[in-house]
Amino acid sequence: MLLPRWLLSDRAGLVMLAVLVILGVGVPILNLWVPPDHPLHVTSYTVALLGKYLCYALLAVSIDLVWGYMGILSLGHAAFFALGGYCCGMYLMRQIGTRGVYGHPDLPDFMVFLNWEALPWYWFGFDQFWFAALMVLAVPGLLAFVFGWFAFRSRVSGVYLSIITQALTYALMLAFFRNEMGFGGNNGLTDFKDVLGFSLQSDSTRVVLFVLSALALAGGYLACRWLVSTRMGRVLVAIRDSEDRARFLGYRVERVKALVFTFSAMLAGVAGALYVPQVGIINPGEFAPLNSIEAVIWVAVGGRGTLVGPVVGAVLVNYSKTWLTTALPEVWLFALGGLFVAVTLLLPYGLIGLLRRRRESAS
Amino acid sequence: MAPRPSFRAGLTGFALLLLACFAPLPAQAGDEELRATLAPLRAADFNTKAELVEALIAANHPRTVAILTAFTTNRLHYAAAFDRMVISADSAAEMTVEDAVTGEALGPVGRRDLDRITTNNRLRRLIGDRLAQLGLASADPQQRLAAVETFVRNPDPASAALLQERQTLETDPQIAAQLEAALALIDLTSADPAVRAQAAEVLGGRIPAEIRGRLMRVAADDPDATVRLAAQEALAKTELRLRLLGWAETLFFGLSLGSVLVLAAIGLTVTFGVMGVINMAHGELMMLGAYTTWVVQQWLPVNWSLPVAVPLAFLVAGLVGIAIERGVIRFLYGRPLETLLATFGISLILQQAVRSIFSPLNRAVAAPEWMSGTVMLGPLEVTLNRLVIIGFCIAVFTLLWLALQRTRLGLEVRAVTQNRAMARAMGVRTARVDALTFGLGSGIAGVAGVALSQLTNVGPNLGQNYLVDSFMVVVFGGVGNLWGTLVAGLSLGVANKLLEPWAGAVLAKILLLVFLILFIQRRPRGLFPQRGRAAEA
Repeated sequence: MLLPRWLLSDRAGLVMLAVLVILGVGVPILNLWVPPDHPLHVTSYTVALLGKYLCYALLAVSIDLVWGYMGILSLGHAAFFALGGYCCGMYLMRQIGTRGVYGHPDLPDFMVFLNWEALPWYWFGFDQFWFAALMVLAVPGLLAFVFGWFAFRSRVSGVYLSIITQALTYALMLAFFRNEMGFGGNNGLTDFKDVLGFSLQSDSTRVVLFVLSALALAGGYLACRWLVSTRMGRVLVAIRDSEDRARFLGYRVERVKALVFTFSAMLAGVAGALYVPQVGIINPGEFAPLNSIEAVIWVAVGGRGTLVGPVVGAVLVNYSKTWLTTALPEVWLFALGGLFVAVTLLLPYGLIGLLRRRRESAS
Repeated sequence: MAPRPSFRAGLTGFALLLLACFAPLPAQAGDEELRATLAPLRAADFNTKAELVEALIAANHPRTVAILTAFTTNRLHYAAAFDRMVISADSAAEMTVEDAVTGEALGPVGRRDLDRITTNNRLRRLIGDRLAQLGLASADPQQRLAAVETFVRNPDPASAALLQERQTLETDPQIAAQLEAALALIDLTSADPAVRAQAAEVLGGRIPAEIRGRLMRVAADDPDATVRLAAQEALAKTELRLRLLGWAETLFFGLSLGSVLVLAAIGLTVTFGVMGVINMAHGELMMLGAYTTWVVQQWLPVNWSLPVAVPLAFLVAGLVGIAIERGVIRFLYGRPLETLLATFGISLILQQAVRSIFSPLNRAVAAPEWMSGTVMLGPLEVTLNRLVIIGFCIAVFTLLWLALQRTRLGLEVRAVTQNRAMARAMGVRTARVDALTFGLGSGIAGVAGVALSQLTNVGPNLGQNYLVDSFMVVVFGGVGNLWGTLVAGLSLGVANKLLEPWAGAVLAKILLLVFLILFIQRRPRGLFPQRGRAAEA
């Protein structure tokens, strides 16, 4: 076969990738070329919804890389997701141009509303797609590197690290809520018109975004799968299982951790950047500590340390969320809370772990 | 042999008593005499009325002040029905009146049946002066103070002699200080620049707006340069004092905010610090305490609700805590990250339960009367509820400290946290101790919730808002260290209030969070790390 060995042995991963390919090809066909009254037609709403799930799945994969393989429970990963989203949102904001309510050529509406004279320095360059795309990787990556480097070098680990990551996203949320920050305050960035000249309202743009999300997820998954199969991946697991021993064996634990943490944050940033054009808004609520913890539970439900599990968990949990919050809004938080308790008590290895155990007991 | 001190004191007291009995007092007029003095008021012209006022003062009757006050406020009337002077309670069409001389209530009388004794400005000023003089001589320090304060507001050179006379007699330091201010204000109008300069110097450092206003005018307009200089120096002194007071006020606000933080975090010190359990539902236990307060207020009058709510909130939150420990946490000991997730799930369930049972909207918890209003703390005016919170925080802290250091349970808790296996070998029932410790920490969270219900909105999100803060306090102080939590909470509170004026409330909070994130990286074990064997575990 043409596939490398590290991928060949990953059967669950191959299944998931196959499903992604089928979705990536099938959904566009069913949406664009099957007539709307046909029973197999996929509505644009569903396309956007599925795209959203795929972005969440990529976020979950990025969390699994650091939690499942390196033992770092980050309760602030949604911060990197949201930062990526804001970078993308800033680009989309600049694309609005004179079509805003106030029709100012440079300033977004909320800045005109706040009587700002000129664009703040950190908004420069975001009218260029390549610059924004670079920032989607650079901003979350830089924050994660600086934060991780200091935290890991002073050997902050375990629950302390979890709590300060939570404080980080909480602080960012408070900061982005401020109007003076220049990111639209409470309302965030919204009212986007088009991306690279293609209207965000059109079906074909939405389908392209969906396919891009599927590609990003597949790419992110493959990158993580490759990473954990290399020698470095072994070091990651060694750090997870016994950090001190890995250090005594001569590995520069803090460098490995900072590097992988940064890579994971970049993946989360990409997920956020693809998420924003599909939902049409980014606001400081995305930084809420609850979002990060919800993302962690997707990983736990699917099974951490598997990389496939988080994808399954993210899609399943979010599908039930979509369904429950419309059908039985009262029940959703009970269900989510119950899920936290049940998964930690009964399913320590998640759904994938359950499947594996069943197969082992069968053979 | 000298007499014993207590005996000597008794003797002195007796001598003073005797003296008081024989001290010459102005003769007190009887009721009939007073009635006779009042009677002509009805027909008198203003000059005669002035004389009659002097006569009333001279009569030194217990009702004099009441009658004169009524006179200046247009509430003194002649009532034909009773053929005597009466005082009305208000000025409605139908008035309840009382006998001017005896104060006996005479029932409602129509306005037409009353003949009001008229006054003019001259009379009112005269009566005001005389009342102030009466007040100056009053035996009640409160009334004397009020009288002196009227002189501070309207310094009148004519009453200087009167004030000086009082100054030689006054023993109460507060009143003496006010007298000094009143005299200095009068001296500011003196023709002699030296006297004015001296007066300005005396007035330096006094806060009241009327004194500062006078000084500012003198500093700007006085014809004499030395007086202007003296006034400017005096104003600088006042400025300094004001700034010190401002700092003291910030410190107090900071301490009260810090007390809230300590209250919120102290239960966590027990569960997280002592037991090592990350309880993300801690904030929701506080929320339960706050809702307990609300429920109690539905049944009991507000003034009585808090003493009942505190123990009840402790019980409710404590029992819920024990249920959480027995139902979930005990299966997860040694797996802190899983504990964190499971307790977070519990917090979501508790939030939604409150939302379903009560309502998603905030509930209004009333503040009892005895907690509202202000109180003077030296020169500082502080709101009573903040003071109560600080006191409550100290009380809760002391009780918890005693419980951990002086009781059997506390001993067992410390034994289990230091060396679980050894404690078990010595016969400590660790499972029971775990449950009770967790219950204790949760109960304290509930008690903190009662305090929070007096400060913020009581709603389903109450707990979430304090969760990050309380973890920060515990981690900053050093895990497992009660004193560390106290110091950390109070210093974070003060730092927050110090930053607020120039950074704004939100930015101050962000700055503190960033500071804490950096701090934990420098000292991962907090301000006061645990040392010795317990730290290794």
